[in-house]
Amino acid sequence: MAVDEAHRAIEATFRIERARLIVGLARIVRDIDQAEELAQEALAIALAEWPTSGVPHNPAAWLMAAAKRRAIDGVRRDRMRERKHAEMLRELDEERDTSVEAIEAAMDDDLGDELLGLIFTACHPTISAEARAALALRLIGGLTTEEIARAFLASEPTVAQRIVRAKRTIGSAGLAFEVPRGAERARRLGSVLEVIYLIFNEGYAATRGEDLVRPALCEEAQRLGRMLAGLLPEEPEVFGLLALMELQASRLNARTASDGALVPLTKQDRARWDHLLIRRGFDALARAEALGGTDGPYALQASLAACHARAHKAEDTDWRRIAGLYDRLSQVMPSAVVGLNRAVAHSMAFGPDVGLRLVDEIADDVALRNYAPLPAARGDFLFRAGRLAEARSEFETAAKLSRNAREVEFLLARAVACD
Amino acid sequence: MRVLVFVKATEDSEQGVMPPSELLEAMGKYNEELVNAGIMLGGEGLKPSRLGKRIAFDGPKRTVIDGPFAETRELVAGYWIWEVKDMDEAVAWVKRCPNPMLGPSEIEIRPVFELADFQEIMTPEAEAVHERVRQKLEGE
Repeated sequence: MAVDEAHRAIEATFRIERARLIVGLARIVRDIDQAEELAQEALAIALAEWPTSGVPHNPAAWLMAAAKRRAIDGVRRDRMRERKHAEMLRELDEERDTSVEAIEAAMDDDLGDELLGLIFTACHPTISAEARAALALRLIGGLTTEEIARAFLASEPTVAQRIVRAKRTIGSAGLAFEVPRGAERARRLGSVLEVIYLIFNEGYAATRGEDLVRPALCEEAQRLGRMLAGLLPEEPEVFGLLALMELQASRLNARTASDGALVPLTKQDRARWDHLLIRRGFDALARAEALGGTDGPYALQASLAACHARAHKAEDTDWRRIAGLYDRLSQVMPSAVVGLNRAVAHSMAFGPDVGLRLVDEIADDVALRNYAPLPAARGDFLFRAGRLAEARSEFETAAKLSRNAREVEFLLARAVACD
Repeated sequence: MRVLVFVKATEDSEQGVMPPSELLEAMGKYNEELVNAGIMLGGEGLKPSRLGKRIAFDGPKRTVIDGPFAETRELVAGYWIWEVKDMDEAVAWVKRCPNPMLGPSEIEIRPVFELADFQEIMTPEAEAVHERVRQKLEGE
């Protein structure tokens, strides 16, 4: 029992240090796999020694030193093998300890940027978005391959392979776990933010009652976002994304009914919104704006979410402001889906006819072909404009296109209501 | 999971003795670590209990009691709200905190109830009450 408790305490400490440990080691051995293994070995040593010796005063330094000793042992072992194989004893003797010294020198480096370096490397744009997400969760979040597979509804071998390939890409590209600067940084930061938001959305798309690992992805993404905000306090879009996630997450509890059905924003019990997260979202958005990031794509989306969060009742929603924000968003981040949402916002602010006009402008976009929300929105505009027969046919089209049983039910009910 | 982390009061904190600058600095660094680890959601220090009030409930009766309150060790001098993976992680983080007080002190960790904890005891009747409150709030 006591041993078990001690082990859990050690593992918790290890989890806190794991990412730093890995990147510190990866910088030395230039290999993520080996760095992960060394970190794991350090944990094994800690589990064997700490229960009797007690937890050291500085567990981070202790773990690093233990892993470092293993790394040095490894270098020496490799060297021995090389010697035997190549029979080059004398020459090697001359440069005997240089790599050991290099390891010690690297260990003394300022480790302030280490975590950031790991985040940037794991989210490198040469790696596919899914692989980046898996790697970030594995290396920074400390999730197991099995947990990541469950979270992404993928098989374990698929995820394992993604991670192996991503690591190989990092290895062969010689990525040095450094924090990029200047224009390169801006480009690479976009890739990091994209991965974090992808992880968040994967969790957000999950519903309650599903495997709990999936909704926990939101927490992982928020944690990553908060970390990044701590590490890059001058980057407006980092705060834009953080604000967006905090505000969306504030509704997680309110958006599923007890029978598991999704509750639309306007019907949610706003008392069940998480007001601590809303406040944090507002703060992060204010920070993004203060840094000059008002028109960043994430900041604009966060501003939209903030409009809803500010309305104590659904009828208090400031649809004019939302319509204006969508106007800007459709310039900064043009897409058919943004265009459709813009039409909906304008219909709420200025009436169904405006919505119809805007939706007709984008109706031919290929991205919206067979996209159920398009006829559903048209149906709603037509219904509100009193053109019931046309509305009915739009709702029926939408119901045919939707693959979500609850949504089909909802759309058919709206079609019937047109009679 | 979300936890509330209470820094318990001491005679000093109740007297309003301000911490020395080294301690303030150490706590500042610790807070920075919490932020950079992405676990800190919020937190504040509380003024001594002589500035606080208690309201005692007994049936329909409400009695206001002015501070200070006697049982110093049970009083709270500050709190954090953290989002951690489990209690073990919360304990590991608290262990790294510099002693927040000059003398011996105590920090308490309490997990926050989550929706899932309520779902087991939430009866349809209770849910109907919540729904009525919601509808009134929304003016439906």
